[in-house]
Amino acid sequence: MKYASEFRDNRLARGLIAKIERSSRTPVKFMEFCGSHTVAIFRYGIRQVLPETVTTLSGPGCPICVTANVDLDKAIALARIPNVIMTSFGDVLRVPGSYTSLQAVRAEGADVRVIYSAMDALKIAADNPAKQVVLLGIGFETTTPTIAAAILQAKQESLTNFSVLSWHKLSPPAMKALLDSGDVALDGLICPGHVSIITGSQAWEFIARDYGIPCVVAGFEPLDILQCVDMLVTQVEKKEARVEIAYSRGVQREGNTVAQKLVDMVFEPCPAQWRGMGTIPASGLKLRPEYSMFDAEEIFDIDPGPTREPAGCICGEVLRGVSTPLDCPLFGKVCHPENPVGACMVSSEGSCFTYYLYGGKNE
Amino acid sequence: MSDTILLAHGSGGKMAHRLIEEVILSDLSNRVLARMDDSAVLDLSGRTAFTTDSYVVSPIFFPGGDIGKLAVCGTTNDLAMSGADPLYLSLSFIIEEGFPISDLKRILSSIRNTAREAGVQIVTGDTKVVNRGNVDKLYINTAGIGKIPSGANISGANIAPGDKVILSGSIGDHGIAIMSKREGLHFSTELESDCAPLSGLVADMIATGARIHALRDPTRGGLATTLNELSDQSGVKIMIEEEKIPVRDEVLGACEMLGFDPLYVANEGKLVAFVAPEDAESVIAAMRKNKYGAQATIIGQVEQTENPCVVMKTVLGASRLIDMLVGDLLPRIC
Repeated sequence: MKYASEFRDNRLARGLIAKIERSSRTPVKFMEFCGSHTVAIFRYGIRQVLPETVTTLSGPGCPICVTANVDLDKAIALARIPNVIMTSFGDVLRVPGSYTSLQAVRAEGADVRVIYSAMDALKIAADNPAKQVVLLGIGFETTTPTIAAAILQAKQESLTNFSVLSWHKLSPPAMKALLDSGDVALDGLICPGHVSIITGSQAWEFIARDYGIPCVVAGFEPLDILQCVDMLVTQVEKKEARVEIAYSRGVQREGNTVAQKLVDMVFEPCPAQWRGMGTIPASGLKLRPEYSMFDAEEIFDIDPGPTREPAGCICGEVLRGVSTPLDCPLFGKVCHPENPVGACMVSSEGSCFTYYLYGGKNE
Repeated sequence: MSDTILLAHGSGGKMAHRLIEEVILSDLSNRVLARMDDSAVLDLSGRTAFTTDSYVVSPIFFPGGDIGKLAVCGTTNDLAMSGADPLYLSLSFIIEEGFPISDLKRILSSIRNTAREAGVQIVTGDTKVVNRGNVDKLYINTAGIGKIPSGANISGANIAPGDKVILSGSIGDHGIAIMSKREGLHFSTELESDCAPLSGLVADMIATGARIHALRDPTRGGLATTLNELSDQSGVKIMIEEEKIPVRDEVLGACEMLGFDPLYVANEGKLVAFVAPEDAESVIAAMRKNKYGAQATIIGQVEQTENPCVVMKTVLGASRLIDMLVGDLLPRIC
């Protein structure tokens, strides 16, 4: 098994599309929580091949996109402190905060480095004992375990010049907040694949149970997504609402319990501010008091100054599924990947970037 | 001679002469170069192609090639894409002090072998040495001159509606091979760069007498960016089919892991050709006889349009616009 080409088989795809066409009678709106799903849906043209009764809508599952300006401003202020080496995953550098970006302060002389793994930041800390190395901890449940592992290793190695600025967020509370807001009426949820590998499909059971919304965990290949849509349509037509898995090669009900324990050991839930959605209780992760010596917010006195939002940008509404990028007056004109105004145009998983890159601008 | 390059090697004095004579000329010498005048004197007539490029790839040695091979292939391939037969090359080094002479020798021998295969002579050159940290190991600039055979009229502006789009082989090999060796990324793969001189392949294609309207090697920015440049240049719509585009499993796997689309990943030994439809089969037959075109295949065709664009039919039968690369994939792959 090669795990990619088999899941792009044209004949199987046509069979699934025909099955969905036959069974779908009720007009439905399904949200894909995850930005990687949005990318796959556009990349393979899935919206075009689905019957008119099925609409898909992008959700808030892009970690960079949902990071609030106040957090970006904190990271930028931190990077400007002399002797600090800020380490971050690539896309974050380009995201505009209230006034500037990490990329711009790097050009001014701040030491901002792109890393590919949390362990790279530990190595930089070990190599630069006279500097303070800060790791920007960003991501949903998928990336958090790797950051937790880095913190545990830093403790084991008694590193005193390493810390994490935690922007980590939890997916289910965000989905709950979105449903509670009543902004969008959903008939089904395409649950994130990678997140669910860690959390297990159980994380979505409250949505089926409490909101009566069918949930199916999907992988990221075209056949995965088509199978997921087929399962959701079947549930809708049978008037059922439960959690199913269309990604059984990766996801189980319980998830990765080792990773869950690791995260739980280092982090505890806290309120977190989401772009476009405000502060959501217990939707973020902060370091537990036992690990506060690695918490950048505890170590540094950070003054990010007043925040502001770019005029006209509707990233917040796009993230809630209330608007699409095409509704934004800036989209494709002022705001494009070379000159992103909002975060959704920066991240390779952002809705605006995806619409722009894959020709959604002409939809 | 010392084991490493010193600043004095770029001084123009005795050490520089020894380096040129003992290391560089010993590998590359030919009649024009051996005269050691300030400039090469060449006999040229007819339509001539001229191009230049600088090479800053990191790492300088990578699976399937090195910066020297790349510096010859890149420039001779650019000549070949105008239909030209590459004749002469200039070769300039900017070297960081402390660079191992053994590595320089390795690169020179790779330059010699690749130049021989591409049928091009290195007729002039230069060597500069800069302080440590002022360049990353070694940069190379080459410029090339080629002769365009009579009858060939190949340009990105000549594409006509109805033309078939031919791709010479699998895409993304170079970009992924380089990325697999990058600091911080480092994943293990058997994959090698496709870096290769394509002038022989182009000569075989031209020899068929086919009406070849345009040729281009999809390097930085990948196939998607190249097709967009061409659709703009000729004012046409290029329709391609995802299923027809060969991508190696290793490239597909790495792209999934890194979040890249193979359409945007660099190649250094592939070309796309736009050929009149009646001639497409004869061009493909000629290409498949050459080792650099063994996988040649038609991936699409050209249509008339008011709005130049590139559209791809996906594996699901949907169609989507293919834009140029936006932002940077990863810097310094060539």
